[in-house]
Amino acid sequence: MRNLAVEHRRWKKPPAIKRAWLRWTLIVGAAVYLSLALGTTHVNWARVWEGLPRGIQFITAFLPPDFTSRWTEIVEGIAETLWMTVAATVVGIALSVPVGIGAARNIAPLPVYYFCRSILAVSRSFQEIILAIFFVKLFGFGPFAGFVTLSFATIGFYGKLLAEDIEDMDVSQAEAVRATGAGWLQWLNYGVQPQVMPRMIGLGLYRLDINFRESAVVGIVGGGGIGATLNTSFDRYEFDSAAAIILIIIAIVMAVEYSSGYLRRWVQ
Amino acid sequence: MMSDAIVTPKKVWQRRDRKTQLAVWLAWLFGTAVFVYCFQLISERTIWAFVLDAPAQAADLGSRMVPPAWGYIHYLWWPIWDTLNIATLGTIISIVIAVPIAYCAARNTTPSVAFVRPVALFIIVASRSINSLIWALMLVTIVGPGVFAGIIAIGLRSIGFVAKLLYEAIEEIDESQVEAVRSTGASAAQTTVYGIVPQVMPAFAGISVFRWDINIRESTVLGLVGAGGIGLELNAAITQLYWTQVSLMLLVIIATVILSEWVSAKVRHAII
Amino acid sequence: MLRIKGLTKRYRTGDLALKSIDIDVPDGQVMALIGPSGAGKSTVIRCINRLVEPTAGTITLNDTEIVGLSSGNLRRMRRRMGMIFQEYALVERLSVMENVLSGRLGYVGFWQSWARKFPQSDIDEAFRLLARVGLDHMADKRADELSGGQRQRVGICRALIQNPELLLVDEPTASLDPKTSRQIMRLIKELCGERKLAAIINIHDVMLAQMFAERIVGLKLGEIVYDGPPDKLTPAVLTQIYGEEDWASTIRKADDDAEPVDDIAPVMPSIERDRLAGLT
Repeated sequence: MRNLAVEHRRWKKPPAIKRAWLRWTLIVGAAVYLSLALGTTHVNWARVWEGLPRGIQFITAFLPPDFTSRWTEIVEGIAETLWMTVAATVVGIALSVPVGIGAARNIAPLPVYYFCRSILAVSRSFQEIILAIFFVKLFGFGPFAGFVTLSFATIGFYGKLLAEDIEDMDVSQAEAVRATGAGWLQWLNYGVQPQVMPRMIGLGLYRLDINFRESAVVGIVGGGGIGATLNTSFDRYEFDSAAAIILIIIAIVMAVEYSSGYLRRWVQ
Repeated sequence: MMSDAIVTPKKVWQRRDRKTQLAVWLAWLFGTAVFVYCFQLISERTIWAFVLDAPAQAADLGSRMVPPAWGYIHYLWWPIWDTLNIATLGTIISIVIAVPIAYCAARNTTPSVAFVRPVALFIIVASRSINSLIWALMLVTIVGPGVFAGIIAIGLRSIGFVAKLLYEAIEEIDESQVEAVRSTGASAAQTTVYGIVPQVMPAFAGISVFRWDINIRESTVLGLVGAGGIGLELNAAITQLYWTQVSLMLLVIIATVILSEWVSAKVRHAII
Repeated sequence: MLRIKGLTKRYRTGDLALKSIDIDVPDGQVMALIGPSGAGKSTVIRCINRLVEPTAGTITLNDTEIVGLSSGNLRRMRRRMGMIFQEYALVERLSVMENVLSGRLGYVGFWQSWARKFPQSDIDEAFRLLARVGLDHMADKRADELSGGQRQRVGICRALIQNPELLLVDEPTASLDPKTSRQIMRLIKELCGERKLAAIINIHDVMLAQMFAERIVGLKLGEIVYDGPPDKLTPAVLTQIYGEEDWASTIRKADDDAEPVDDIAPVMPSIERDRLAGLT
């Protein structure tokens, strides 16, 4: 008898979420949300339809793109973008080192920790563009506002990762250095820095890459750089110039990404 | 006296040998020079009077922003809902498109390394290098302002991100598991479903949720160029100088971003 | 009966891995393939089910020619050969049952397998095999929760559920401790005996090969240098296969089994962490 029962044991793939109520809540919740979201999204199909020829016009503008008629503005914009990127990455990283050290729970006193963490939280919560709007208000139009924006955004990114890296470090190595009677700064230099350095160099180069991409858009709100040129060409419906700018941005992003990847491998 | 005589050929210890030392120095010198040059060029185009005036301006702005116009929150529910939809629907669209692209871009699954893979990689690079705000800028001129442009912009920007991380995950799978499934006589489709999909599933889910989290943040600003969501209100309030409304919206944005980050961290934790 | 004639493999790098190998394996014979790393043991096995494409030669299994089969026919051919892998090669994120049932993929359609709707007869057989290797209570566990020996047992079930005519076994004990290694080899031998199944076992452990195989083939630099019963494997022959060494202690049976080391802690590689943080 028992054997017979074993013979026809049924098998079904066990569900990924074991608790039935949770599974059904998630499924029903997702279905309700999707229908609500799709139901309340207003799309003016007539306008979309109207725009399609313009879309095709835009795509055809890529063949060939017009590099010549706005060439001086493009060169100017790209150069400005590049300066902003480099300067902001350097300043941002320099500033984020003390903030990052202060935000590491295992080496910073509690008040310092909370202060530094709140700087990081503010910097990370706001999109670069929102920051840029305010910095443009404060510093006036031009690359300086973009530079400050990117520096500030870099602090949030780099400081947080530095703090996490310090928190993850091997305690025994750091303790051994402290045991020699080293002072606090010596301890940082000998016990902490060697552990976090290789990864941080890599992340610095990665941030350079991000900053270039972001700097291409702070110009849209007046922060200087190629974004302003791009915005103007869209406003004037000069799609062939816009296509040229976009292709240049893609090329530079690729170049920066490739060379930063190469440098990262070389440094490590 | 005696000891002096004994130790004479002093051993000099240096951290690096002369050549590396020189290289490091040159690298520093070059880096500093580039930085100073860049900064100089920026400063030429800066009106320093404005910059020096900035602290006073900031204090002034800050005083105008408090207290936030709490009552205005009732006008914000709808834009918040739109922002959430832009991020979520955009992410879903991007995932649907990114999966086949990642499959074509991964060296071990692509139908053709010579033809299909470069195309897939180009799509990934193109989508990644263009910020969602630029996508939105283009789409607003093409399909008109509104939520739809925002959804498509977020979708197009995210394709590259999702596909890149996903194809890297596919390339890192354990080939022997795939080989084992293939050796049972499974078809190509079955091998994919049994050998590859289970291996990349956790990475895939993690990437999707992570991108959704980023997209929430990005969709808060798309309105600045007319692509719907809370950014539209923010832009209007800034241009009309309603600073107390601006501060309220900033708080709302922070809250949304922190909430989405928390959700994303929870989900990723559950998957891993 | 498996018949290999003039099997040659040259890799795209130009390395000549196999130089015209001839082997006949009659039904029910358990044959061990020994030889140093790089001798071509793995290539032989992978040529038989064409995970590696042979450069020249013929391979016939029960009068069906394997080399040159179209992809559809190759799939049907692969169903007839079960393969057991070195690092188990279980799909780690699938359950034990799904791993075993994946051995039936060649018999069911795509959508059927996608929905995990296998015929009840397959499921019965899977439970029977799992019970045979002592793992039926683990059917819904995920494969990565199992110890090395348990995983290899699941691997064996996956190969056997194909109802194969030939078993290809690639270094089954390379990742196992000595005691588990013997248990696994004994299990493979018993199962082959029960089903009158021929098996080719790649193995680098000469002692295990002698204990469990009926016939031993020695491979060196892509050529067969020994083919005969295990007890004729003299130090002179081993020197010819592996090179100069003191072989007397290897041939004498050693009985000092170590304690089984049966826990594997899944470690998340740091690259995965970085990827989920979006950094790579």
